[in-house]
Amino acid sequence: MKATAAIIGPGNIGTDLLAKLRRSDSIEVRYVVGVVESEGLQRARSMGIDASAEGLDWLLSRDELPQIVFDATSAKAHRAAAPRLEEAGIVAVDLTPAAVGPLVSPPVNFGDHVDAMNINMISCGAQATVPIVHAVSSVVPVAYAEIVASVASKSAGPGTRANIDEFTHTTSRAVRELGGTPRGKAIIILNPVEPPMIMRDTIYCAIPPDADQDAITASVEARVAEVQEYVPGYTLRAAPQYDEPRAKWDGNGRVTVFIEVLGAGDYLPTYAGNLDIMTAAAARVGELVATTRLVGAMP
Amino acid sequence: MTGTERPVRITDTTLRDGSHAMSHEFTEAQVRATVHALDGAGVEVIEVSHGDGIGGSSFNYGFSTVEDITLVRAAAEEATRAKIAVLLVPGIGTMDDLRNAREAGASVARIATHCTEADVSIQHFGLARSLGMETVGFLMMSHRTSPEELAKQGRIMVDAGCECVYAVDSAGALVLTEAKARIAALVAAVGREAQVGFHGHQNLSLGVANSVLAFESGARQIDGSLCALGAGAGNSPTEVLAATFDHLGIETGVDVGGVLDAAEEVVRPYLPRWPKADRTAIVQGWAGVYSSFLLHAEHAAERYGVPAHEILQKAGEAGYVGGQEDMLIDIALQLASGGK
Repeated sequence: MKATAAIIGPGNIGTDLLAKLRRSDSIEVRYVVGVVESEGLQRARSMGIDASAEGLDWLLSRDELPQIVFDATSAKAHRAAAPRLEEAGIVAVDLTPAAVGPLVSPPVNFGDHVDAMNINMISCGAQATVPIVHAVSSVVPVAYAEIVASVASKSAGPGTRANIDEFTHTTSRAVRELGGTPRGKAIIILNPVEPPMIMRDTIYCAIPPDADQDAITASVEARVAEVQEYVPGYTLRAAPQYDEPRAKWDGNGRVTVFIEVLGAGDYLPTYAGNLDIMTAAAARVGELVATTRLVGAMP
Repeated sequence: MTGTERPVRITDTTLRDGSHAMSHEFTEAQVRATVHALDGAGVEVIEVSHGDGIGGSSFNYGFSTVEDITLVRAAAEEATRAKIAVLLVPGIGTMDDLRNAREAGASVARIATHCTEADVSIQHFGLARSLGMETVGFLMMSHRTSPEELAKQGRIMVDAGCECVYAVDSAGALVLTEAKARIAALVAAVGREAQVGFHGHQNLSLGVANSVLAFESGARQIDGSLCALGAGAGNSPTEVLAATFDHLGIETGVDVGGVLDAAEEVVRPYLPRWPKADRTAIVQGWAGVYSSFLLHAEHAAERYGVPAHEILQKAGEAGYVGGQEDMLIDIALQLASGGK
């Protein structure tokens, strides 16, 4: 038995998410909803899915409501939709920057929010880096963590461009709160090179001088394997790199982790690992919600 | 029309671009002495920030020894006539950093993006204008796009509230006519609505010559640094710009003797090394690599035992843009492991 779901926002992200959920053993997408007629809605209909351009009103007037709604619209639209979804008893998985519900990275803190009615997927940079910060802070105290996300210009949509500060604020908040460090910084770089570059992420953590490097490396490698379960193209470019303590780093040493995120190419191009990791993480959260609370624990 | 009424206004960036060459270790005393000398010599705009802009202090670019907002405040206290400018690179610094800089006394906001990504700066220009700041748009790595495309990007900035758009030759890669063509295209695109500026680097020793050609093509604002103190082989030296424009009879308002003294007596004593076009810096200009990568490539080269100029060559081939300092370590690791 599968949990029923709807996708709001049939653009590139929604369409890629649909492709992923079509392969799911625990979720069945019943509805796809937009606010204007679009290619995305047509595509959904061609797959036999009930699709409408009449928005949330249409969705909430169905005889059989979905159990989960994935929202791939905008922060503004999600803020308006969130209370209505909650009132209808529907779990919202929010791919927008609205941050109505708790920020969730599946391998880091899904377990803390099993019963949440609204789960926010933070940002692409956070999904790619917070699991690593958390893997390091699980072994040693991390006084400061910093992440650099480099993405192809073509994969950065108008919403990201119009409010790039939102990315840096939300991602650095997630680095701190989920990553497990008192101080965090996030940097995003857009690179227009052709052919487009594959998403890259660099994670720097300040670590104590006597840190057990082998234990940190083992924790990072184990975490990469966990993320690979839902993002197969998530890989280490090199072994974690260790730098000696420096006075300028408040006497701390440093570990640096280099990640590449190659997208699965379900609908989005493979270089857009930043978008793929968002849809993959959202699908993962949806499946965890489905199997832990909606269709019962699997026997 | 805002900006300058002079034929050319020189903006000195010793205390911002020079931050790269200083590994972001400027002291408050150095900043005060440099601002005092520049202000006394009649330089009208003095930029003070971490090399990668306010908020740039980080593992990726290097931590500031003294917080850049503290240095901005000191500069603003020291200046009697000059305006203090700050650089902000959206994606690295935030609007909060700009508010703090304004509160500390900065009155010119220079917002920088890669030459094809101007639309990420729109909200920052809006904020700068609402804070009552003079605005400058910095289109970095402008050799990486055509004059026509650069002009379109400049137009985006001007429409967002930018009062002067710069063609920024971050890699010191523009050669004479290439600089001219970009300035001319920007001037044509923004017309009387905004001024145009040029920021040069000396990697191919053309910073000053490109600046003169930029002026002839319609640029009204030109950047320089004392003793060329800046990333890569350094910037067009402020003192050489002042002497050259004076020789040409073009008024900048800068006292040549004053900036010569400032370079020789204030900046030279604290130079870690005189920026020059050595092998690694020339490769930056030749391969079109962001000048600020220089010291980061040298550190990665030393750490992993591979040549710095090869790291920079690879960075050029990969098309890395300003801000991707982390990729230099990645390249060094690949070179060290015998990879591509």
